[in-house]
Amino acid sequence: MAKVVLKLEDDVSTDVIYPGRYMATVLPSETPKYAFADHAVFNEKLNQGKIPAGSILVAGLNFGCGSSREQAASCLQGHGLIVLAKSFSRIFMQNAVNVGLRVAVVSELEAKEGDELELAPNRVTNRTSSRDFAIQVLPKAYREIMEGGGLIAHARKKLLERTHRTS
Amino acid sequence: MGMTLAEKILAQSAGVQHVTEGDVLEAKVDLAMSHENAALVINQFMDIYQGTDLKPNVWDPDRIAIVFDHRVPAESSKTATNQKKVRGFVEQQGIKKFHDVRGDRGGICHQILPEFGYVHPGQLVVGTDSHTTTHGALGALAFGIGATEMASVWALGTLRVEVPKSIFVNIYGHCPPGIYAKDIILNLIGKISSQGANFRVLEFHGEAIDAMSTSGRMTLCNMAVEAGATAGMVQGDKETVNYLIGHAGLESIDVDFPMADYDAVYTERIDINASTLSPQIAVPHAVDHVCPIHDVEGIRIDQVVIGSCTNGRIDDLAVAAHTMRNRHVAKNVRVLVFPASWKIYREAMDRGYLDALTNAGAVIMNPGCGCCLGVHQGALADGETALSTTNRNFKGRMGNPNAEVYLCSPAVAAASALKGYITDPRNN
Ligand code: SF4
Repeated sequence: MAKVVLKLEDDVSTDVIYPGRYMATVLPSETPKYAFADHAVFNEKLNQGKIPAGSILVAGLNFGCGSSREQAASCLQGHGLIVLAKSFSRIFMQNAVNVGLRVAVVSELEAKEGDELELAPNRVTNRTSSRDFAIQVLPKAYREIMEGGGLIAHARKKLLERTHRTS
Repeated sequence: MGMTLAEKILAQSAGVQHVTEGDVLEAKVDLAMSHENAALVINQFMDIYQGTDLKPNVWDPDRIAIVFDHRVPAESSKTATNQKKVRGFVEQQGIKKFHDVRGDRGGICHQILPEFGYVHPGQLVVGTDSHTTTHGALGALAFGIGATEMASVWALGTLRVEVPKSIFVNIYGHCPPGIYAKDIILNLIGKISSQGANFRVLEFHGEAIDAMSTSGRMTLCNMAVEAGATAGMVQGDKETVNYLIGHAGLESIDVDFPMADYDAVYTERIDINASTLSPQIAVPHAVDHVCPIHDVEGIRIDQVVIGSCTNGRIDDLAVAAHTMRNRHVAKNVRVLVFPASWKIYREAMDRGYLDALTNAGAVIMNPGCGCCLGVHQGALADGETALSTTNRNFKGRMGNPNAEVYLCSPAVAAASALKGYITDPRNN
């Protein structure tokens, strides 16, 4: 069971998740500090360790629209957050899968801040409202990368396969 | 069943006869672009080689382009250190399409790639920047990817792509005076919303597109991503050839461009009549909050920004210079002009545009992204309003979440700068 720690509207852009002025900070080990930097209250809670890993952000449509900056995914991953949204922007979704941020598309989800949710592979149960919502199955291309531990490991494997084939 | 332009290019890149929406392919990349964020790509790239006994060499240094533009010259020691790291890598890997902070070959990545003749019709282009969609203006399939994805491309030369659906956008009629590509694309985004084309390609057709310069097509494709589109595309044609030979300095070009089939399948068709458009404005804080200028005329502005990969080209500066020549920027308004490249800067200087603009009170900044993403120059104060020819007005985009950004064409920006409030350029 995990708590909804932040509820967001539609079209939350990467400028909100990870403001452009921190873009010179690139390493996944350093980006979490600036997650939602302009949302001072939430950012402070994250940095003070008041939000346990496995906590949930609930967003509307098109979460992560805008810039391709991968920091927007790595900063949330670094805090161990899970993002449930009605839909994601293409680049954010791909970045999330690549860096191992846990995301799921739950198009009907209804949950508010403070609700307790239970996640199963194919559905979310909102324990607070006692309602069930289906999780949309991700395309196979995404699942392979997720299950293989992210894109770095996946690319390494492919690279080794290719070199063995040609040598 | 026929293929769309994007499907044609993906089939070719994957070496297969036919592809259809939803197919997952391993496609060969023709050009892979990064900017300062190459520093992160290098980090992830090295990570891929961890624990293998392979030497970390990129798959093809001639297919990689790196352009410094987001923070030039470096605004902090952190950026300077990132840029230094990238220079070292470029040197070591023999990457020649490298554009450092230089007056002879510098500029914004999305301007440099076409300007130096790197992008051709039919190519598959990826970049670690969401506005990589710009290059669809030259008939390429071009889209943004993240840094780790790019690291994987550097290692493998291929990219896994799921074939996207395409939307047929027909722009008919002709732009009346005072109406530009920017007004067309803002209108479209307002119509279909910022997610209206998510996971899809916008394929632009119609008489207005046929008559449009490559520069205008770049404005359209640049902002395709603001509707969520994977890519925006215009088929290569005579204009593309003229651009590549006349402007980009190529000696010749293979004109056997891929074209969409007449029986290609689109998920949707959108028609826009260019001849009935009025100037369009995106109001804070979303690019799809679009209204005709009439609704926002009179709103006071503090800063005007003319530039960016959307509207920092020579024709954009020409419009601004003609509007502002022998006139003066209103009191308490700052006008910042960012030419999209140094080549454009020099051309604007030769044509007297920079003279006209500075005499009117505008400040010419060095080519680059400037205040477009709020990390470098031209920050806004709390409560201030900017009118900008850039492509995003998200909260905080220009560096201050307590400021507001309106988006418009260079014509609206220049005319409004003179008045100090948003005004219709057709009345001036
Ligand atoms: S000008 Fe703005 S939108 Fe274009 S590449 Fe630079 S930061 Fe991105």
